[in-house]
Amino acid sequence: MMDDICAHIVDLAVNSISAGAKHVKISIEKSNIKNELFIKVSDDGKGMDEATIKQVIDPFFSTKTGRKVGLGIPLLKGTAETCGGSFHIASIEGKGTEIMASFPLNHPDLPPIGNIKDTILVLSISNPEIDFFFDIKNDIMNFTFNTKEIKTLLNGLTINSPEVIKFLKDYLEEHLDFFN
Amino acid sequence: MKLEDLKKIREKASKDIELRQKNARIKIVVGMGTSGIAAGARDVLKALLDEIAARNLTDVMVTQTGEKGLASHEPMIEVHEEGKDVVIYGNIDAEKARKIVAEHIVNHNPVTEYVIEVK
Repeated sequence: MMDDICAHIVDLAVNSISAGAKHVKISIEKSNIKNELFIKVSDDGKGMDEATIKQVIDPFFSTKTGRKVGLGIPLLKGTAETCGGSFHIASIEGKGTEIMASFPLNHPDLPPIGNIKDTILVLSISNPEIDFFFDIKNDIMNFTFNTKEIKTLLNGLTINSPEVIKFLKDYLEEHLDFFN
Repeated sequence: MKLEDLKKIREKASKDIELRQKNARIKIVVGMGTSGIAAGARDVLKALLDEIAARNLTDVMVTQTGEKGLASHEPMIEVHEEGKDVVIYGNIDAEKARKIVAEHIVNHNPVTEYVIEVK
């Protein structure tokens, strides 16, 4: 069981990386007007055929050889459906995968969103070779975080350098305040 | 605070970038499979990043890996140090992760009470 929605997002992003993705886009939108929390993770990984998509939502299926379980996607689907929300997965072999879920904000079983700042930091720093694009919005503001842009600015200094970690931590703290 | 400020950090660090790349002394790998994440691996990874930033550890790199097949020991971390055995820690939380940085990474004394395997 995942503690919060951000844990599901980390899990989906790790799946993307395991599928060979080099670019991962993560969108989180919270709208009080629409009474909806919407998340989407899309990647340019190896993708799946239709039969595999059907199997991947089965809790006892995994394409990762040597792994006994692949519970992440069924857990997310279960959470979305328990809350009366929706779950959708689309994939094209050789092109990538897109997973979307929505949740009614006022549902009592909706887990907390979790710490978005830590989620962005953890994924970006521990996967320096992956280009992440985060798009975070609510009814009044929008924040984007593009690690490709950051790596260009760093021009050779690695994103996991201590001073960069400290900077990005403070930067996210300052710019994501609006989402709480 | 603007992202462009990163250029200043880049300029300040420019003198020792080459040296750092040659001296990546330790790699810490955090298990981030579904069971690891559900058990708290994200908080462990964040604690490691906090310690690296706070202690200015320029020769330590934190990365992640998928399922390790030992779900009952999650969250797990591996410490890879050049010329030494790989030390695998299990059932780690943020506080234990901070202790591992202080004791193992900085003081070179593995925290034996959390070790589940050495290979």
